[in-house]
Amino acid sequence: MKKTEIKNRKILLSHGSGGIAMSSLIKELMLDKFDNPILRLLTDSAVLKSTGEKNLCFTTDSYVVNPLFFPGGDIGTLAVNGTVNDLSVMGAKPLYISCSFILEEGLDWEILDKITTSMAKAARSARVQIVTGDTKVVEKGSADKAFINTSGVGILQKGLTLSKKKIKPGDKIIINGEIGSHGLAVMSKRENFKTNIKSDCAPLWELIESMLIVGGIKFMRDPTRGGVATVLCEIAEISGFGIKIDERKLPIHENVYSFSEILGLDPLYVANEGKVIAVTNKDKAAFILSKMKKHALGKEASIIGEITKENKGKVVLETIVGGERIVDRLVGDQLPRIC
Amino acid sequence: MKYITEYRNKNLSKKIADKTNDYLKDYKGKISLMEVCGTHTHSIFHSGIMSLLSDKIEHLSGPGCPVCVTPNEYIDTAIAYSRLPEVIITTFGDMIKVPGSSSSLEKEKANGAKVKIVYSPLESLEIARKNPGKKVVFLGVGFETTAPLVASTILRANEEKLKNFFVLSGHKLIPPAMQSLLESGEIKIDGFICPGHVSAIIGETPYQPIVDKYGIPSVIIGFEPIDLLEGIEMLVRQIVEKDKSKVENQYKRVVRREGNKKALSLMNKVFDIKDSPWRGLGLLPKSGLYIKKAYSEFDAEKKINVKVEKTKTHPQCICGQVLCGTKKPFECTLFSKICTPESPIGPCMVSSEGTCAAYYKFKKQ
Repeated sequence: MKKTEIKNRKILLSHGSGGIAMSSLIKELMLDKFDNPILRLLTDSAVLKSTGEKNLCFTTDSYVVNPLFFPGGDIGTLAVNGTVNDLSVMGAKPLYISCSFILEEGLDWEILDKITTSMAKAARSARVQIVTGDTKVVEKGSADKAFINTSGVGILQKGLTLSKKKIKPGDKIIINGEIGSHGLAVMSKRENFKTNIKSDCAPLWELIESMLIVGGIKFMRDPTRGGVATVLCEIAEISGFGIKIDERKLPIHENVYSFSEILGLDPLYVANEGKVIAVTNKDKAAFILSKMKKHALGKEASIIGEITKENKGKVVLETIVGGERIVDRLVGDQLPRIC
Repeated sequence: MKYITEYRNKNLSKKIADKTNDYLKDYKGKISLMEVCGTHTHSIFHSGIMSLLSDKIEHLSGPGCPVCVTPNEYIDTAIAYSRLPEVIITTFGDMIKVPGSSSSLEKEKANGAKVKIVYSPLESLEIARKNPGKKVVFLGVGFETTAPLVASTILRANEEKLKNFFVLSGHKLIPPAMQSLLESGEIKIDGFICPGHVSAIIGETPYQPIVDKYGIPSVIIGFEPIDLLEGIEMLVRQIVEKDKSKVENQYKRVVRREGNKKALSLMNKVFDIKDSPWRGLGLLPKSGLYIKKAYSEFDAEKKINVKVEKTKTHPQCICGQVLCGTKKPFECTLFSKICTPESPIGPCMVSSEGTCAAYYKFKKQ
């Protein structure tokens, strides 16, 4: 990129939203400079070839959620589960994570104590160990209370390769449960709305492991920032096929549905923190679904659609009333700082 | 939730759509329905009901997106205010991205301007109370639906004797815009899908003079798929049967004939109706709401001096014509190439109610 195109440009909030603005920022300022074969794949976690039988997966994520505590979780649970899930959707068993804090001068010890306590609890329940870390403190006003970065390492299951190249027309698309609750839980806490919506923040490895045992899983993603719609658009783009989704099959709880209607948000674009979208072999879909339903995090699992030959690169949604519309990528952010 | 099952029923939708399509079986030519309100444009795309209806029905999007009809001068004034160190701008989210002549509030925010998104104008009062050394300017943009709420906010500020809360009023009225479109004679409109929310405030009667003068069937319609399908069926029946055109109300569960008297009286108490500039439509007589003299201490334009840059618009942007229904977004050379929701050139690409944004999101070709 030429220097003149960079001059006078500023980082806007939308550059961190997980949508088109962020992709172009990464493309223009990072990818070329950092270029290597592992990065080029742009997967949730990097797959590192090892000399042994199993490959390693490596990932990193920063957490800046505001407020720090919200119904169903806090920045600590988010920082552990988010990184654990980025490894899990690659088919890697999460083992170790790191933890870096950037803290604002003046933060109460009590608050940090609550955060580290819930990180410890989340790590225990996700069966990972927090093995290294770092702490920095910045002047008051230079950060907002607490930011956390976690990186994670996991072991890729032997013989398992999940790849966009395996996706074919007829494959089914499955999600493990209701959508939209995380983003709305954070939002309602932040804006003081009274709702009973709780974040779905949870570690996914146990559920995913039970799915992988069945076989037939071709690709997985966790629909966090940008929500289910963004992941579906990505799958349509990278596979080169179309996707047809049935709106009636999308699990959305009534409280999420009505709250998003009131605020003019679309639950399809709202972040989740305990959800996985899997593309599976047509013949194995029903079996995988039945396995998922046996797990606490998969009780509301649903086959929401399929890969199609038609509408290449696009996601088409059959609406509740039987009409059709295209589901496009999110532009800018519906809700900033939700993870 | 009743409205999900009752107003989004697949079988009922098909039944109503089939009935509408039946009316049109022997109808020669096409009929153009204008949805005056941007939320209707969005709902029509979002529910995908177009694919259930005969292709003899064409949809025109009208001037009912408040952000879109707000002229550049207003945006530039808001940007100029945001550059004053003592000012905090409070606004509904849509306004942040709207490009003015050389900047946007989003860009000013990145440069350090204090711009806060609020969900209700009342939140601005809280911000004003907490920042006594600052001037809080609320961007009052919207139609008859928003204006009563802003009026009651001004009255509250008056009761509290707040000295640092101001409104930059750009409120507009819908019926004069409908009238202006018909007067221009530039487009063929066979029926109006009248706005549900605006009508909840103004009632059914303000549309009557328009129907009487121009003979265009007009139906007040709700926003759920069944509402829209039923309302379109009512419109198509009026058009095909060629009876005397009338104002009908499909949205009776929300819209009363006389409207919301309390809201109207709040509006009348605080605002004067004057001529007002609209993007695309120009200066329309008696179409804007301006703060009355009695409340002028809350009028940003009267109380905070600011130098506003000379307004310029992108020469190829056709938002004005899109707002009047004379052009479709696809006919704009900037559409989806240079002008996208990510870096919008015109306001119709910014708001979720904007016609270009709706076309971009749901109908990208």
